[in-house]
Amino acid sequence: MIRFDGVTKQFPDGTVAVDDLSLTAPTGKITVLVGPSGCGKTTSLRMVNRMIEPTKGSISLDGQDTGRMKQSELRRGIGYVIQHAGLFPHRTVLDNIGTVPRLLGWDRKRTQERSRELLERVGLDPALGDRYPAQLSGGQQQRVGVARALAADPPVMLMDEPFSAVDPIVRDQLQDEFLRLQDELGKTIIFVTHDIDEAIKLGDQVAVLRVGGQLAQVAEPSYLLAHPADDFVADFVGRDRGYRALQFQPTPRLPLRSERTIVLGEQPAAGSGAWLLVVDEQRKPLGWVEPARIGSRGVEDADLHRGGTVARAAGTLRGALDAALSSPSRRGVVVDDSGVLVGTVLAHEVLSAIEDTDRPERDEEDPVHGGAVALAEDGA
Amino acid sequence: MDWLASNWRTVIDLAGQHLYLAGVPLLLGLLLSLPLGWLAKRWRGAYPAVVTTSGLLYTIPSLALFIIMPIVLGTKILDPVNVIVAMTVYTVALLARTVADGLISVPDHVEQAATAMGYRGLRRLVGVELPLAVPVIAAGLRVAAVSNVSIVSVASLVGVSQLGSLLVDGWRRIIWGELVTGIVACLVLALLLDGLILLGAKALTPWRRVAGGAA
Repeated sequence: MIRFDGVTKQFPDGTVAVDDLSLTAPTGKITVLVGPSGCGKTTSLRMVNRMIEPTKGSISLDGQDTGRMKQSELRRGIGYVIQHAGLFPHRTVLDNIGTVPRLLGWDRKRTQERSRELLERVGLDPALGDRYPAQLSGGQQQRVGVARALAADPPVMLMDEPFSAVDPIVRDQLQDEFLRLQDELGKTIIFVTHDIDEAIKLGDQVAVLRVGGQLAQVAEPSYLLAHPADDFVADFVGRDRGYRALQFQPTPRLPLRSERTIVLGEQPAAGSGAWLLVVDEQRKPLGWVEPARIGSRGVEDADLHRGGTVARAAGTLRGALDAALSSPSRRGVVVDDSGVLVGTVLAHEVLSAIEDTDRPERDEEDPVHGGAVALAEDGA
Repeated sequence: MDWLASNWRTVIDLAGQHLYLAGVPLLLGLLLSLPLGWLAKRWRGAYPAVVTTSGLLYTIPSLALFIIMPIVLGTKILDPVNVIVAMTVYTVALLARTVADGLISVPDHVEQAATAMGYRGLRRLVGVELPLAVPVIAAGLRVAAVSNVSIVSVASLVGVSQLGSLLVDGWRRIIWGELVTGIVACLVLALLLDGLILLGAKALTPWRRVAGGAA
């Protein structure tokens, strides 16, 4: 658990970067600090490993005041990932990953083994181990950055906009893999971003900071979207927050209808309607076709309309609604966890399901700390 | 050619002497410049002082420096140590700034990462900053090497023999073969040192030879 206790940072030029910040990042959870530039989020992050010293207040790690710990020891116990990865250009990928273990005095062999293990863990080809950072793509470098931060298995990770310098598709992959990794590792993470979508996707708890370094609100993502504490937070979380909040709502039982399907290569039967769903041999949906355009031949791959998204029955309401909205037939395709077709659903049916759900609520009425992740009182 | 044919042993000896008088100060100067450059980077207030002072040193005429050395050091006037020390001063004059600039050229995100991982002091300098400063330092070293080879020849005026002696003697006695040999030998020596530094820098920076960025 990382605890900020009345932390203020004023720079020599008088700028107050962080103003009386009190915040707890619970053990094993991802706490995202989000806000516009100048809100002090990076400064807050760097005060944790004392790359910046607070002017007032204290930060503790599992109850221990970081101000009293030896700087280099503190830092070697905290994984740190930055934008552009910050890899050492003169060291191979494996040597980069092994940096902290070497600093901690591990022998070469143990370090190498650990580095190889991590390389695979972050989803990189072992053959990349002997390359130099300049030979990797931005996304690959960022993975190496994560592997390097994990190398000595620190309980705490600080991540400063680690995914913001890569293109949106790679970013999405990196985020997904990061969440998968965190599921396995359960690190205590503080993650800084200016991107509210990223904050909401990754955070177990999201702290919104405003310019001048004041905490505007800290809450679980769903709560934040449903109950912004003030106009600033409301504005920051965005106009389509109602729609985005649906991604935290598990799908209730939807009134699924069965769908007539056809396998690739077959000829559509007469009177199959305007749109017909094409599936493969395992009944996994491939796309929609218009029988009227096919005539009396078999359905080919090129005929498929692939615009529709596919929702998992156990997924979120956002997925279900999006499947219905994006489907050319207006019937949203729903599959089970193994991707096999379960049925289809119409947008108004999803909407009625939404109307029947409750918005996330909390009993406590503290507007700033509403809906924060429950904390272990013993500080473990 | 005739002159060279009958004097090549002398030329080789003088070249060896020249290499010693130019090369040893190059190494000493580099060693002295490292802490100075590091200071100039660490305390940015020291940077102008280091750059200005070292720049001023370079403006001292070499002949004057060679003559002053025995007085300062208490050595004999013909002692080659005078030349070694004077040349070291010139090397530092050129390299202190280069080392500082080289260390400052380390990308900010790399410095940050080094800090965050708990790199400090000498280990940080040797493990992260110096290796990345090699390209800049090597460039400065090449200039200093060529400059040293050229300045050392002046030392023949204070009686310390090296290739410059060929120029002085050749000029006094109008022996064209000796003059040309002196000039060419200096050139060859400068190119040789330059090439050695280039090779050394390449060997130290394998990471720079790889293809940049795979998209």
